[in-house]
Amino acid sequence: MTSFITAAALVVRKDLLVETRSREVVYTSLLFAVSCMLVFAFGLVKEGRVVADAAAAILWITIAFAGTLALGRIFDRERQNETMRALLLAPAPRAAIYIGKFAGVALLLVLVEGVVVPLVALMFDAPLFRHSLLVAGLLIAGSLGYAAVGTLFAAMLARSRSRGTLLPVLLYPMTVPVIIGGVRGTAALLQPEADVAMARAWLVLLLCFDAVFITLALWLFEPVMTE
Amino acid sequence: MDFTSLTLTDVSRHFGRRRALAQVSFTAEAGQIVALLGANGAGKSTLLSIVATLLDPSSGEVRYGGVTAREGSHPLRGRIGLLGHDLYLYPELTASENLRFFADLYGLDAPADRVGRALASAALEERANDPVSSFSRGMRQRLAVERALLHEPRLVLLDEPFTGLDDLSSESLRARLRGLRSRGAIVIVTTHELEAIEPIVDTAYLLSRGRLETLKAGAGSLRDRYRRQAQA
Repeated sequence: MTSFITAAALVVRKDLLVETRSREVVYTSLLFAVSCMLVFAFGLVKEGRVVADAAAAILWITIAFAGTLALGRIFDRERQNETMRALLLAPAPRAAIYIGKFAGVALLLVLVEGVVVPLVALMFDAPLFRHSLLVAGLLIAGSLGYAAVGTLFAAMLARSRSRGTLLPVLLYPMTVPVIIGGVRGTAALLQPEADVAMARAWLVLLLCFDAVFITLALWLFEPVMTE
Repeated sequence: MDFTSLTLTDVSRHFGRRRALAQVSFTAEAGQIVALLGANGAGKSTLLSIVATLLDPSSGEVRYGGVTAREGSHPLRGRIGLLGHDLYLYPELTASENLRFFADLYGLDAPADRVGRALASAALEERANDPVSSFSRGMRQRLAVERALLHEPRLVLLDEPFTGLDDLSSESLRARLRGLRSRGAIVIVTTHELEAIEPIVDTAYLLSRGRLETLKAGAGSLRDRYRRQAQA
């Protein structure tokens, strides 16, 4: 029998190995994120001036869109050969399978952020590195919340024929608090006089969302996966 | 967590208004090979999914020895081996990596030795480091069978295990199933290749429109008896 942490770590390692071989999700997500940002840049930067708070909103919208693309593809892989059934049959707590998939999605989001953040800073003249630790905290907390809900919905919808349509329809309303928290917290740090207290407050709120979302997902994963 | 019998009592399953299984009851004992026969859509795969704990029945009960799936939880799942229509293999990974991943996930002792033995049993030692995506259907099928049996399960559930296998591989699989029976496994097989399974089957059931009945003894081959009863 496998422990919770070992099973989760094995699933993450397997997902990373599969992704290293195919590089499909990383490339498509990054390309999509960069394209998305360029479109926003052409639309919102006029004569070198950016609409107020646009950089924070664009950063988070780009992450959310790229994340949805990655979520769909990661679970498509498990569906194509029904490998999710083999994972669910393993003698490990099913919640560990969820945590493994969730950690893989969160890592991928952090990778996308590693590319998108410098680009947003450059293209929108946004001082994202002025309070880099706090920005990193907001991004990681937001990614965890987004990945927690996204992984649950993507797993639930993996065998549904209309999963491509249903995933964003279900995911975006549920993750609105995460997106709002991320945008407001980041925007507070991008003002000429950074509002650090406000950013910290949003960070705490994001961590609370994470705790609630992860707990609910752990509780719901087994019943929703046992059809 | 171990058991020596599998008992289904009045198991029914509905998908919306469609009835997939209707009050299915049977018992299988350790050391028995049971064939589940039936036309496409008869409910064979649904029944295997329920027995594999991947699907809850709408009503009725499945007992593994004295416990239900809920009571047995994940230790019980460690005693079940399932081969599905789809082969539950990662095409991007090599044969060896696929088996090693599942050996680790099942927490098996000496995983490298087990993987080596499984590759030898599937006659895939020379292709151990090739990605599964480069394998033929028959090679994938042999690897998938070994994946399902890697942890020496007590309950073996095989959905169309002879698909894509050549004569030699089919005979090798029959020998493998006889070995499982002699070691006290409960083997449940669904197949349309009745000639392939006939030499080793102990009990056969016919599943028709979700209802299960014992295949009657009589003259002729397994296919003759199946046809007679299915057309009745």
